[in-house]
Amino acid sequence: MSKPLDFDAAEQLAMATGDVEPEQLDHDAPVSLPPPGPRYEAVPRAASPAIPEPEGELLEVSVGPHHPSTHGVFRMNVVLDGEKIVQLKPVFGYLHRNHEKLGEQTTYLGNMPYTDRLDYFCSLSNNWAYALAVEKLAGLKVPERAEYIRVITAELTRLVNHSSLVGFLLHDMGTMGTPLMYAFREREKILDAFEALTGARMMCNYHRFGGCRVDLPPGWLDQVRTIVDNFPRFIDEMERLLSENEVLIARTHGVGVLPPELAVNAGVTGPSLRASGINYDLRKVDRYGIYDRFQFRVPLGEKGDVYDRYMMRILEMRESVKILQQALRDIPEGPVIDPKVRLRNFTPPVGEAYGRIEAPKGELGFYLISDGSKKPYRYRIRPPSFINLTVLEDMCRGHTLADAVIILGAVDIVLGEVDR
Amino acid sequence: MDPGLQNELSKRGIFTTTWQELLRFGYNWGRKNSLWPLNFGLACCAIEMIAASMARFDIARFGAEVFRPSPRQADLMIVAGTVTKKMAPLVVRLYNQMPEPKYVIAMGACAISGGPFKQGYNVLKGIDRFLPVDVHIPGCPPRPEALLHGLITLQKLIEAQEIHGPNKPRHLQETAPNEYPIPRYGRFDLDPPKNPEVWPGRPLPRGENK
Repeated sequence: MSKPLDFDAAEQLAMATGDVEPEQLDHDAPVSLPPPGPRYEAVPRAASPAIPEPEGELLEVSVGPHHPSTHGVFRMNVVLDGEKIVQLKPVFGYLHRNHEKLGEQTTYLGNMPYTDRLDYFCSLSNNWAYALAVEKLAGLKVPERAEYIRVITAELTRLVNHSSLVGFLLHDMGTMGTPLMYAFREREKILDAFEALTGARMMCNYHRFGGCRVDLPPGWLDQVRTIVDNFPRFIDEMERLLSENEVLIARTHGVGVLPPELAVNAGVTGPSLRASGINYDLRKVDRYGIYDRFQFRVPLGEKGDVYDRYMMRILEMRESVKILQQALRDIPEGPVIDPKVRLRNFTPPVGEAYGRIEAPKGELGFYLISDGSKKPYRYRIRPPSFINLTVLEDMCRGHTLADAVIILGAVDIVLGEVDR
Repeated sequence: MDPGLQNELSKRGIFTTTWQELLRFGYNWGRKNSLWPLNFGLACCAIEMIAASMARFDIARFGAEVFRPSPRQADLMIVAGTVTKKMAPLVVRLYNQMPEPKYVIAMGACAISGGPFKQGYNVLKGIDRFLPVDVHIPGCPPRPEALLHGLITLQKLIEAQEIHGPNKPRHLQETAPNEYPIPRYGRFDLDPPKNPEVWPGRPLPRGENK
């Protein structure tokens, strides 16, 4: 058993108030957003920038909703000057499944399976965010073992998401199959572990308010240990194949640059924000769950282009493996759910709560208002990929339509979450 | 030919058939083993569809690995995911653009009936209100093995099709439609909300009781 890290309270306070020299900050220390300075001033965005004088005629193309590269049913109306994008207007709603309205008609427990279907790559992270919001609302405590299981499942989900994303991104660039095949080979191993634990491959529905649904099956930890120990080999393989690949570098360097000011102003979170060089990871900032016990670093990008966003995913997978190794080493015995929690007829007190986690795509939050009944009065989801998508036009302007496809691919959207 | 004689000859190692039977066998055998699906994902089930086409489940074993982005080159539409009312006209239009013979697999609870989102205001309660569905695959989402089983079921359906006579399939009947009317995304609901040709529905029990 490793001892939880002991942070000095005064040091924390100094960090939070910004009285620390920047070079003293190391990535393992708790971080907070720098105080608003000139770098982060809110700059009002022009409503519709003037279209420059085109050389020839402008062409308006509707890309989607049936398009092989748009990651689902997403449509963008693009105005092209030759091959260069002058304007881009996203059109949403082709997968609007009324999650929030259904959430108001369903009990608190009944909403848990719906959260699986939001971002269908990362169902266990979604479960955690929702459980966290309800636990805040009702003031529940989670047993130690359940916290460890949550970290393990969430980080495995991050591995699934990032490896699939790298595969899909390369698929968009024209590498038909190979990286995606490798990614799905690893994904299947992790999904086998999920299936052994929860009974489902994708829609896990495993976390509960105040813990987890069932204890781990025998031998599960060894299975996960094998997966985690072999995972760095897969990352090395991907890096050897891709990271210095001439074609990948030619396609991604300097493409779709997201300036840090714009990223902060638009509310972009997750790997896209960190690729622009901003040190903001909710696992470090909020330190929800037990993330303060693990040693890991937050990778940061320099330029904020598509290559940096690709590299963020690779580096975050390496950090996730570190977290998983520590969690698998330290996981204690004990109950996985607070026996006093009554899941059926669960009725939290009147109030409101916002629970958020660092999902693989960014900050995933659930905002709940309770009026003391069995169903939430308001159930609002803050989806990361929807808000990351708002800067798509700024990133795409001036690039070709073929580049827009990979810029969209690097944003990492899942339409179930964007349209809800 | 007399079936008894044919049986007798086959016992002696002599294979007999008719031209029509041979033609039927060859035509169906060729079609069933090279179904080209439309590369068309709607929601969660699309990920399992992709997983089915990857190395572990390997849909290529059944000749259906050539996912075509264009409906003009596809034989099979796998409706993989929730069909919303905004998306339904486009799904029907894509189906109309596919050349005959064409087949539809409804994959997952949402495509069959609306699934867990059935109570919602924006979800179509099953794609078979607008399209003739050949195979339904239940599950949320169905496992890749289930998709493969659905594909094999469809292959068996194709294998049994006649090319002459009254039982010939839809695409060989001259009067049968190969296009279906595209609904409009209306103000409150799809307009019309269903296609009575493929979804006759049943009369409300309320009227019978009175």
